[in-house]
Amino acid sequence: MSGAGAYREYHPKWYRRPVSTYWWLTRWPYLRFILREITSVFVAFFVILTLLQIQALRQGEAAWTALVEWLRQPLVVAANLVTLSFLLFHTITFFNLAPRAMVVRLGGRKLPDVLIAGSNYGAWLVASGLVVWLVLGD
Amino acid sequence: MGGSTVPQTITLEVARYRPEQESEPSFDRFEVPFRDDWVVLDALNYIKDRQDGTLSYRWSCRMGVCGSCGMMVNGEPTLTCATFLSQYASSSAPVRVEPLSNFPVIRDLVIEMSDFMEKLKSVKAWILRDREKPVSEGEYLQTPEQLDGYKQYSMCINCMLCYAACPVYGLDPLFTGPAAIALAQRYNMDSRDEGSGERMDILSRDDGIWACTFVGECSEVCPKNVDPAGAIQRYKLSATLDWFGSILAPWSGR
Repeated sequence: MSGAGAYREYHPKWYRRPVSTYWWLTRWPYLRFILREITSVFVAFFVILTLLQIQALRQGEAAWTALVEWLRQPLVVAANLVTLSFLLFHTITFFNLAPRAMVVRLGGRKLPDVLIAGSNYGAWLVASGLVVWLVLGD
Repeated sequence: MGGSTVPQTITLEVARYRPEQESEPSFDRFEVPFRDDWVVLDALNYIKDRQDGTLSYRWSCRMGVCGSCGMMVNGEPTLTCATFLSQYASSSAPVRVEPLSNFPVIRDLVIEMSDFMEKLKSVKAWILRDREKPVSEGEYLQTPEQLDGYKQYSMCINCMLCYAACPVYGLDPLFTGPAAIALAQRYNMDSRDEGSGERMDILSRDDGIWACTFVGECSEVCPKNVDPAGAIQRYKLSATLDWFGSILAPWSGR
């Protein structure tokens, strides 16, 4: 035996297994994690859309109707449905994970996870209710 | 018992790496008796005793306490002493046993773990005091509630399954990793400890807590329910609050 990489007695020769570029496809929890990370792109898209709406509102009625026309296109509606589903995935997984990072102790005892996650969901419901009231209320 | 046929034997596909013979690992197949009360480690011991004495792997207590026998079984990091063969009996595919992922392999199923040992040392996972109390002043007292605050994180047996499950560690071996951070957190939350500031200096670096992207698989594979992922997220939260505290009230110190 000769040359670099040959085995020498009593000298360990480690084998390092390379990590595949597609490691995130090897297990479902990894893929779920990557999907959760990708939701940030959709969150950004939604924020930009909201900013565009505010801008159109400021520019007057013509700009607003033009934007609404654009939003009514089937392709844009479909894109928004995908965005909505990713936003829901983002929100729900975030709220479910919140108790892991936030451990609140009251009177020497740990508050149950359901209460931490529940208060997040509660705040979400209240905020959504407010939006519905703003949009639909007279 | 009612019609279902119990297999007589079960096939194991075991990763071999013999650096004096081969430059890359390969697989050997072994057929071992199937017994309901056998775990994967029992099958490996049977192979070593009866079929191939050269098979190398680590084990010690065979009761889920020592943390030596962690391996990948069908791609999942597990303690082989706590994984029953019967779990795989329904499938005709062989049970695949490989060394823990994300670590260099020395031989067969034996991985190189000194990286983990160095990391464990680097986070100062022991009680740090500003001033050591002399014995004459008595012991450091702790209430059951205070013990309860960190007990979960103290259950770690250093089996490294969490490192094998962590893609961040796989991609960036400099990452301090789940178990070491959870153990640092174990001492931060210990009422007798005064070293959280010192540990924060070490763990707030790039390779510390902020490298974690909360994949969460470390906690899923942990045989002792330590929840390293939770420990790291709590660490991030307290680091952030500390930082805001130092901005808003710089006179308060750490």
